[in-house]
Amino acid sequence: MAAVRAEGLYKVFGRRADVAVRQLKEGASRDDVAKLGATAAVIDASFEVQPGEIFVVMGLSGSGKSTLIRMLNGLWEATDGHVYIDGMDIANISDARLRQVRKEKISMVFQHFALLPHRTVVQNAAYALDIQGVDKEERLTRAQEALELVGLRGWEDKYPSQLSGGMKQRVGLARALAAGSDIMLMDEAFSALDPLIRREMQDQLVQLQSSLNKTIIFITHDLNEAMRLGDRIAVMRDGRIVQIGTAEEVLNDPANDYVAQFVADVDRTRVLTAANVMEPAQYVVNAEAGPREAQHTMRERQASAAFAVGRRDRKLHGVVHDKDVVNAVKRGDQSIAAIIDPNVGSVHQDTYLADLFAPSAESPLPLAVIDDEKRLVGVVPRVTLLSAMASFVEVIHTGEHPPVNTGSPEDAENEPTPDEVVVVPPRGGTA
Amino acid sequence: MIRAESFDPLDPRIEVGKWVDSTFDWLTDTFEPVLNFISDGLSTGYDSLSSALRDPSLAMMIVLFALLGWLACSQLDNLRSLPAAGRGAIVVVAGAVGAGAHVLTTDLEAPFLGMIAAFALLGWFVRSWLFGLFTVVAFYLVAAMGQWDRAMQTLSLVLIAAAIATILAIPLGVWAAKSPTVSQVVRPVLDFMQTMPAMVYLIPTLIAFGIGVVPGMISTVIFAMPPGVRFTELAIRQVDSEVVEAGQAFGSPPFRILRQIQLPLALPTIMAGINQVIMLALSMVVLAAMVGASGLGLEVVAGLQGLQVPRGVEAGLAVVVLAIYLDRVVAALADRAPVVRASRVRD
Repeated sequence: MAAVRAEGLYKVFGRRADVAVRQLKEGASRDDVAKLGATAAVIDASFEVQPGEIFVVMGLSGSGKSTLIRMLNGLWEATDGHVYIDGMDIANISDARLRQVRKEKISMVFQHFALLPHRTVVQNAAYALDIQGVDKEERLTRAQEALELVGLRGWEDKYPSQLSGGMKQRVGLARALAAGSDIMLMDEAFSALDPLIRREMQDQLVQLQSSLNKTIIFITHDLNEAMRLGDRIAVMRDGRIVQIGTAEEVLNDPANDYVAQFVADVDRTRVLTAANVMEPAQYVVNAEAGPREAQHTMRERQASAAFAVGRRDRKLHGVVHDKDVVNAVKRGDQSIAAIIDPNVGSVHQDTYLADLFAPSAESPLPLAVIDDEKRLVGVVPRVTLLSAMASFVEVIHTGEHPPVNTGSPEDAENEPTPDEVVVVPPRGGTA
Repeated sequence: MIRAESFDPLDPRIEVGKWVDSTFDWLTDTFEPVLNFISDGLSTGYDSLSSALRDPSLAMMIVLFALLGWLACSQLDNLRSLPAAGRGAIVVVAGAVGAGAHVLTTDLEAPFLGMIAAFALLGWFVRSWLFGLFTVVAFYLVAAMGQWDRAMQTLSLVLIAAAIATILAIPLGVWAAKSPTVSQVVRPVLDFMQTMPAMVYLIPTLIAFGIGVVPGMISTVIFAMPPGVRFTELAIRQVDSEVVEAGQAFGSPPFRILRQIQLPLALPTIMAGINQVIMLALSMVVLAAMVGASGLGLEVVAGLQGLQVPRGVEAGLAVVVLAIYLDRVVAALADRAPVVRASRVRD
């Protein structure tokens, strides 16, 4: 069962909201209902979030993402539609019951941290437990544990005013973790932090998630952040969800021009991995084979070197060079084991393209791509890497927007105001 | 009543005053027991507070000084770190000092000295020793001008009126902050209360409650209350909405959000409102004297009627001293609000 399920959610502000919803259902646009004096913030949003998933909702400011997340825990009541938390519809329950759901099932992390300034760090972290009615000693212990998880041991008795932005948000995170709920809503949680701290927090979140396995719904306007964190990404525009998919799907198969333009500026080298661009390894010899067999294979493929892999386990042992093979044949060696050169440029299949350039430049051979078990799964020749880059540039030059930001993603994210967006919004009609 | 035949549009006369008067008569007749109850309560409260301030009893001095001792423990940095037993000892010693002060000042037939000491200590503990020193000098001057008893009467009136105004204003302000409808209704009423010449309130209250301190006190409450309501409403509205959302998101019920988040965060601004309430109450003192409230106001009125400059100036100076003292103490209390304190903490 989905941890969170939204079904046909609408949120319309202003007068005659119900009329506006009816018109929207009949196909009216956002501008049409604006004439009624109604502002449609969220239009027909439906999605499911599985337990343990990080689901990122991304869009520009004003796209309705903050409104959407506030409907998921009932902070704002949906004008129409349903939200199911663990199968329970929270749209039609009493206030008391709703508070119960918030206490037990959903916690939230806020953009500007929303800490209580007059309480110490540990008291802040214990706030949710205080509301749950956990007795003082236990809630302080559990808050303490949560603070240790986020790396704030020793800061318990400080006040929020004594902490940096990143540390404040760690307290916010600790407060949500201490609550012990399975679902965490994160509303632009890292947007107010400076880029380096933001990156650090993202890494920490990913690392925490690998052990805690929460269901996280993460709101952001930063596509790079969405790509880095999200198992799946929902792209919102003008109140509607225009695409839901994995980072790769959104990048490589954008649902429409809007998404395509949106993702055009993404630094793909930070999203695509070696596995996405690798090619089948052509020059492979059996590591247990004799030198004659190796020589035969290499002559057939016209190769000057070949990767030596285990016959059954396909483990990468190293590389053999043509001269050594010929010498081994002359010497009459039984096996090539002695001439395998273990110094071979290899990368893990999950390595981002950005991190392939240096090893690729250093390695005379194509980079070997290996998996967790050190099995050879493919190779990335330098030319493949370069042509992969070239294809991004092509995409960029056909689009109607400024050149790609070729710097690191940190540079691209260097926006002080959280509501600014990193990617370039589309111009004019994109149809 | 408007009777069509007698109303001449070219020489109009609408007798608003008469209607208010007849409505008011009806109200005073109907609610006489309630008015009597209020009147008795207020005058009893005033009498006991002013006599306690003028001539404190032994028990009162002990309690007062013990409280000051407790305050010292919580406010002075070098006492705050003491263990509980040490602080208990300080409270006991302070109570004994109070008893000693009472015996001594009764002996000297100068009870005001004990009270000056208490005021000065309060000033020291909430603000600074310098302010404590100022309090000694200024209050001694008041006594030396022969205004001590009147000043204590005025202080009693101001404290009771300001307390009632605050008790009414804060819940009303909170309600107005929560409900736009209430806010819209309350705002013009507050405007009315503040802009109506304050003396006008004296007329109906005088009729309802008779000569004495009560009509002055009620007029003071009405006149002084608006800033309390306005500041409270503003203060609650200004609380960071994300922090309030955090309370909601973790399942806190509305009253608890008010208690744990909104009121603590709004407290500094609310205190500024209470300060305004007290200052306005002090400014009503002279007017209250016109309907028979004793105290400094009466002296000012007498000085005016007899064209006696010294009388007026001396009473006026005493009002100024009270105003400065109350203003600084309340401001210091606002500075000690938990939110303000926490924001100042530096390693």
